Amino acid sequence: MITPARTARRRLVTDRVMTALFLAAIVVAVAPLVSVLGYIVAQGVSGITWAFFTRLPAPVGEGGGGMANALVGTLTLIALASCVGVPVGILGGLFLAEIGGGALGWWIRFTADVLNGVPSIVVGVFVYALVVVPMKRFSALAGGIALGIMMIPLVMRTTEEMVRLVPAALREASLALGIPWWVTTLRVTLRAATAGVITGVMLAVARIGGETAPLLFTAFNTQYWQAGWDQPIASLTVQLYNYAIAPYDDWHRQAWAAALVLMAIVLVLNVAARAAGRPRSLGG
Amino acid sequence: MTTLRNQALSDALARAEPAGSVGAWRLRVERLHAYFGRVHAVRGLSIAIAAHRITAIIGPSGCGKSTFLRCLNRMHEVVPGARVEGRVYLDGEDIYAPYVDPVTIRRRVGMVFQRPAPFPTMSIYDNVAAGLRLAGVRDRRRLDEAVERSLRQAALWDEVKDALGKPGTSLSGGQQQRLCIARALAVGPEVLLMDEPASALDPASTSKIEELARTLRETLTIVIVTHNMQQAARVSDNTAFMLAGELVEYGPTPQIFTRPGDHRTEDYVTGRFG
Repeated sequence: MITPARTARRRLVTDRVMTALFLAAIVVAVAPLVSVLGYIVAQGVSGITWAFFTRLPAPVGEGGGGMANALVGTLTLIALASCVGVPVGILGGLFLAEIGGGALGWWIRFTADVLNGVPSIVVGVFVYALVVVPMKRFSALAGGIALGIMMIPLVMRTTEEMVRLVPAALREASLALGIPWWVTTLRVTLRAATAGVITGVMLAVARIGGETAPLLFTAFNTQYWQAGWDQPIASLTVQLYNYAIAPYDDWHRQAWAAALVLMAIVLVLNVAARAAGRPRSLGG
Repeated sequence: MTTLRNQALSDALARAEPAGSVGAWRLRVERLHAYFGRVHAVRGLSIAIAAHRITAIIGPSGCGKSTFLRCLNRMHEVVPGARVEGRVYLDGEDIYAPYVDPVTIRRRVGMVFQRPAPFPTMSIYDNVAAGLRLAGVRDRRRLDEAVERSLRQAALWDEVKDALGKPGTSLSGGQQQRLCIARALAVGPEVLLMDEPASALDPASTSKIEELARTLRETLTIVIVTHNMQQAARVSDNTAFMLAGELVEYGPTPQIFTRPGDHRTEDYVTGRFG
């Protein structure tokens, strides 16, 4: 025998103990997730009806009704937020990856990381002061801007990471063809990083889709269809919050259903982001 | 001291016109210095490149030959911290003059790199058309013509004419390199710089690239950097030997390989070092 028996046994025991610890850690990590998912599905399924997706909220005591306006509102807010967050985030990310090597780049990166860590309610307050107060009303626009601000650092840092992964040879090949720098950056470098950037955008959308705090005093909420860009707009998250703290069983059921729908949206976006991030041989 | 000597040597060679028959110099380099941050990669190099000839730059790894090549179409400066001093004249015009846009220089002086890098999201056709398209050419007929002409020039047309829509990356390594040559030719350059274009390829593909260089000489001026001395001897008309950022010797290829004037050249071409 090469190894003395005692040493071998000790190694075996250590190996088993460590494996058990790793498994325990995984269980601790996954258990809450599974139970949250399971509980929401169990509670929410009964509230998922045709009316939930097609009807406006019913007045208290009337029963029935749905959250159609909130569902459309969430999608509208996401679209508005993307109009702010995607172009700024992508151009900012390109700047960081392509030019921002110096002190300015460092500061922008640092600021983006801080912004990423700022509690979302603070972003809400900021937009309240910046948009809601001057306009003298809550609006879809303010909600979209608040969510858009939250998207910027996420999209910017993913774009930067993805663009950095593009081989320098590609950029040089393009520059050597006499293609101007900015065309090279947009049409060759960014194009090569498209899959990764789309993944980043989708993950950012999934993140803001579940936000409540920045909407409370920007988009506010409404029980009706959206009346205009400068009017309050409903969202699944705020509606969920209002229904969950109300004392009516019927509303609780709908709140659970809203939670389930919200989770499904985030899940679909995450899966889609994964699919988009998979390398493709030829993109159009 | 060596720099002075190089200068004297290249001035003498410029007078002597190593290629003989052609009187025209396409490129003229005067006291070129290139830096990467603090690294002084090219040290006061002067050389004249004959039109419609193939000029090979040989020398051991790290002697600055690729850096020198990248100075000829202002690609050196795209690396952060890179800096160039001296003069490079393309048909008598200083390409480092302050009013010159590097983009126009790169359209006139094309480049092929060591590793073929076709644009991965583009088809064969789109790869070749990229240079024209991204410069704003929209006319379909003009693009079609340029693509066919360039692919024929790059000796790739017969192999890909039925598969122009396939991804450029689906081709073999040697075909990809010829695709990159076609891509460079499509914008109609006067000079083609080749940076060890065959070092990542198998012998069959290498000989195709070399054959191609010989034919392209009719329409273009070619400068090829190579660490393969057989290749330099096979394809080039003139050869320049570089060592530690300086030009040691420059002359007609047969002379450099059979009767070198400098003992360091002799040591290198006979394989005693490098």
